[in-house]
Amino acid sequence: MNATAQQLSHQMTPELDQAAFQRLFDQRFDERMAQIEADHIPSMSIISTKGTLDMAYPPFILAATAAALGWDVSVFFTFYGLTLLKKDLDLEISPLGNPAMPMKMPVGPEWLQKMDIKIPNLVMAGIPGFEKMATGMMKKSLNNKGVASIGELRSLCLEADVKLIGCQMTVDLFNMNQDEFIPEVDDWIGAASFLPTAQKSDVTLFV
Amino acid sequence: MTTAAPTTTLDARGLNCPLPILRTRKALTTMASGETLLVQSTDPGSVKDIESFCSQTGNELLSASNGDGEFKFVIRKP
Repeated sequence: MNATAQQLSHQMTPELDQAAFQRLFDQRFDERMAQIEADHIPSMSIISTKGTLDMAYPPFILAATAAALGWDVSVFFTFYGLTLLKKDLDLEISPLGNPAMPMKMPVGPEWLQKMDIKIPNLVMAGIPGFEKMATGMMKKSLNNKGVASIGELRSLCLEADVKLIGCQMTVDLFNMNQDEFIPEVDDWIGAASFLPTAQKSDVTLFV
Repeated sequence: MTTAAPTTTLDARGLNCPLPILRTRKALTTMASGETLLVQSTDPGSVKDIESFCSQTGNELLSASNGDGEFKFVIRKP
């Protein structure tokens, strides 16, 4: 009886006309796609390979900002980038062989602070402690302009659940020990383990 | 639209990118739905950044104003 009723109902249903069906399908498809896009949590994978004070900023600033936007973020620290995961952050900057780096005075009268002081490579290479001085000046500028320290940005990243991942090969290569690094390191892995994460990310950056 | 005083005030003056955004996010996580946050900032980049932050995170930017090199944003947590 039931089966007969169903059959009857099926026979009586007028055929949906093709154009109306297409319109309905397109509308449902757009709605569904919009929903998927709205529900999607963006993700970012950064590969950080440099450990100088200047090159420490891009990965941490991007990671912390993306996390603040609600993104899932992983940062893979490899080679000199691994320095950024050390317990003791003692990062320096080298103006030598870095011609684009502005050499500006962080203190003094305004005209002096605006001046770009060109220093010959020979002088930069020859004066002991030149890098220490340049680092000090850069730190002073960062502080004057209200830019966060690397330590602060790293803490903010950890607080926002950014995954900081260390490269095990680099640890072995430079005879380092995992104890030298902050305990919050999410994992110690190699390229083969990080690439699948990067593959599924919306944004991938190499710094 | 809303004349009621904001629930919380965040002083991000003197801070530079991305700190105003990070502090804003942190302040919002401690707030209840429907509450409003006033962010004070001196970073010109924060104008676009706060706008982008709100549109990405679903928070509502009720107002943005600029006076004497200081920016004020009122954000409502959804």
